[in-house]
Amino acid sequence: MSKYVDFGNALYSGERSIDFVGRRKLWYTIAAVMVALAVLLPIARGGFNFGIEFKGGSEYRISGVANKADSLASDAVSSVLPTDRALVTHVGTDAVRIQISNNDPIVSESVRVALAKAYGVASSDVASSSIGADWGSDVTGKALNGLIVFVVLAAILMALYFRTLKMSLAAVISLLHDLVLTAGVYGALGFEVTPAAVIGFLTILGYSLYDTVVVFDKIRENTFEVEHSQTSTFAERVNLAINQTLVRSINTSVVAVLPVATILFIGTTILGAGTLRDIALSLFVGIIVGTYSTLFIAAPVYSHLREGESKFKAAAARVVAARA
Amino acid sequence: MSTSAVISGARKRLVWLSVLAGIFAALIGLGSTLGWGATLAPQLALDLQGGTEIILSPLVADGKEISQPQLEQAVAIIRQRVNSTGVSEAQVNTNNTNIVVSIPGTPSEDTLKLIKNSAKLEFRPVLYALQSQPVASVKNSSGKIVSGGIDSTDPAVRASASAVAAATNAGGPVVPSKPVAPTDSSDVNYITKELRAKFNGTDCADQFRKAGQIDDPTKPIVTCSQDLGSKYLLGPVEFKQADGKTLALTGEQISNADYGNNQLSNGSTGTDWVVNLTFSGDTSNGGKTLSGKEAFGVITKRLYAIGQTSSSDPRAQFAITLDGYVLSAPVAQAVITNGSAQISGNFTRESAKSLADSLKYGSLPIAFEVKSQNNISATLGASQLWAGLIAGGIGLLLVIIYSFIQYRGLASITIGSLVVAAIITYLLITLLSWRQGYRLSLAGVAGLIVSIGITADSFIVYFERVKDELRDGRSLGTAVESGWKRAIRTILVSDGISLLAAIVLYTLTVGSVRGFAFTLGLTTLVDVAVVTLFTHPMLQLFSRISFFSSGHKWSGFNVNEMKSASYAGRGEFRIAQNQKAGKVAKASGEAVRRQTIAERKAAEALANVKNPNSNSEKDA
Repeated sequence: MSKYVDFGNALYSGERSIDFVGRRKLWYTIAAVMVALAVLLPIARGGFNFGIEFKGGSEYRISGVANKADSLASDAVSSVLPTDRALVTHVGTDAVRIQISNNDPIVSESVRVALAKAYGVASSDVASSSIGADWGSDVTGKALNGLIVFVVLAAILMALYFRTLKMSLAAVISLLHDLVLTAGVYGALGFEVTPAAVIGFLTILGYSLYDTVVVFDKIRENTFEVEHSQTSTFAERVNLAINQTLVRSINTSVVAVLPVATILFIGTTILGAGTLRDIALSLFVGIIVGTYSTLFIAAPVYSHLREGESKFKAAAARVVAARA
Repeated sequence: MSTSAVISGARKRLVWLSVLAGIFAALIGLGSTLGWGATLAPQLALDLQGGTEIILSPLVADGKEISQPQLEQAVAIIRQRVNSTGVSEAQVNTNNTNIVVSIPGTPSEDTLKLIKNSAKLEFRPVLYALQSQPVASVKNSSGKIVSGGIDSTDPAVRASASAVAAATNAGGPVVPSKPVAPTDSSDVNYITKELRAKFNGTDCADQFRKAGQIDDPTKPIVTCSQDLGSKYLLGPVEFKQADGKTLALTGEQISNADYGNNQLSNGSTGTDWVVNLTFSGDTSNGGKTLSGKEAFGVITKRLYAIGQTSSSDPRAQFAITLDGYVLSAPVAQAVITNGSAQISGNFTRESAKSLADSLKYGSLPIAFEVKSQNNISATLGASQLWAGLIAGGIGLLLVIIYSFIQYRGLASITIGSLVVAAIITYLLITLLSWRQGYRLSLAGVAGLIVSIGITADSFIVYFERVKDELRDGRSLGTAVESGWKRAIRTILVSDGISLLAAIVLYTLTVGSVRGFAFTLGLTTLVDVAVVTLFTHPMLQLFSRISFFSSGHKWSGFNVNEMKSASYAGRGEFRIAQNQKAGKVAKASGEAVRRQTIAERKAAEALANVKNPNSNSEKDA
């Protein structure tokens, strides 16, 4: 453990330092490749796998089932809806999930009764949901609205607090990177996109900016009046700030990811597909990506945007000259 | 700030926190013991307790956006319909422009059909009535009363004095002895033996209408007022006149309705509440159906004449029905041919507004589309709740273990803070579920679990700042104060971002996203409260205990391990400018230069107070 403390001490003093700012070309290249993959892989897979909330349909969930044969479901469904095809998935140890494309609530009731009979359970033990085809896009449309409003407001708030638009710009760039990457993971691995996943998605933007703001606040402190410094340049100060907050970044992301990982684990093993798992999955991906992007994208981009300003350039030239 | 001032300040904050938590707990305790409806645990949403949730989207004709009053109307209609099915504990709420109906258990097909139907506002002439309410009247909107109409007749008198019913009042409506074809919609020839039997057999207190029942507009009906206090036999909505044109009056023919105070004859405004109603002059069906204005003229002419013949005949009234229930049944006190009418009676401001809203909404019928219907069995609900709780418990445990590894003795403050945050959040959610009808959903539980991480981050930011200050060579007492000053800025601005996200999501989104945003926002606020009123004062107090201030191996402030920082010994404060060692001086020198003069003076004063040899012994 003392090694971790030493590591923290060394990072703080600058004895040890990871060059986040200087090697930005490498990070940019990695980010560009990842973003390209996040766009191309889902296309190669044939687009996102949307849940029934986006296509419309009904879903039934029967737990405590002894006989899990798929034919029970297909027969029960076709007895009510001859043309509809039942999509049966096994969830956990004793539950099945059946999806059909019909979404009329009244027909859906009849299917429910038929399923209960087929699986030999009380009809009240069959959970059902029927969703209109535009419910998912409704939720997502509203969520996108929310996203845009939030990003604009957050950018204004940050610009006011940090007294520079460039921090907002850098934070928004890294936020977009996070969203594209998380969406890419969903698309590339074929995870089902549900309104619950969209919730998780929205939380990522909150978390991503939150994480960025913590690191930026240290950058703000470190770069205060750096143009009068004789000893270090703007870029060096930014880099020191990232290193000084590195222990915090690691600790925070571990602490944030632990409960999310627990939900993901419990959600997948005990509950099967559902709200909890969907939220946890996108959060799990998002928190990791969000922490990574603060360090490797937001901060280097911010330094990149500002170190070219004449006052910092002149100061940096003085520092370099003094060292030589 | 002197040591004792720091300690008393810290204690004051802890007391504030206890008072706050105590008030919440006392409110809930009182609310539940005194039977005000408070519960000791938060109310659960349907996805955790089982039941059916139907999300309806109101559809307004002409593709117009639904307005807020229309939405309120729509909610009122749905509530009336759901209640008419006898389902208890059903909830009807709005969520943005959607209506969310939550029903325990599984609704029947009839209930589903009923909820989906579009509401109908109709006008029917009264054939016979047993009324408990004073009768409203309708006249020209100019306020000119043509006859000495009766504004608030004694209902019993009115019913018994009815010209037709007088003979056999006890027997209810009288069936004409030699029935002929009705000549208008007020014609008593509509009254058949069956209708009479139905009227006499109907008890308004019983469920007298089938839920979702649709009435034939060309036939008379037996129904009751919305408050179930009055019973009516009503004529048809539609009537084919001798000239071949159809006389029909429905909500669609209303062009506007509002409410206000009556106008007195001298032109000043009175104190009685009235509802103003305007019918449109547009004819439909190629002129074969009379316009609202014309139809209302024909009807008021007929009813007014009946009222002139017998001032207490209920047939001088027409009923305004919504989904078959009578909202109001005013007496026609004038022949109104200009389409503008005024309904007066014993209105309060609320009842006038309610009637005006119903009439206005009637001009734009609202249909309902089922967006999503979600049924969760009680067992699945319970298992989701358990899984959520277990996930939360394990998550919390992992966070505790991790913070022990990272922060050792300090972890006790982390855990204490998380526990305090959990208690306050629990109390707040319970309070909100009592006062505001908040229901904790699965998405809300997810929000709570996620918030563990964000809450813990505040402590991490704080502790890391304090460690940074220690690395700059400050004593623990000083480090806590100056670390706090920097950390609270970061915590406030980052929590501000988190809160902003929660507020934006809550106001702009629909469905379960809101439940999530709500708990996220709530826990962010709790986080700020806990970190200021608990974590910081606790750390201030802890920093006076020698276990921590001496930098014990297990304290989490093991300054001996921080050897790269130039820490010189127990409690010694060394101004960083004096440091020589290269890079350290660079970093911490800047930190000192950053300080304002006041801050620097405060730090020096604090350093003097914290004279190691005299002070730490006393505190320890």
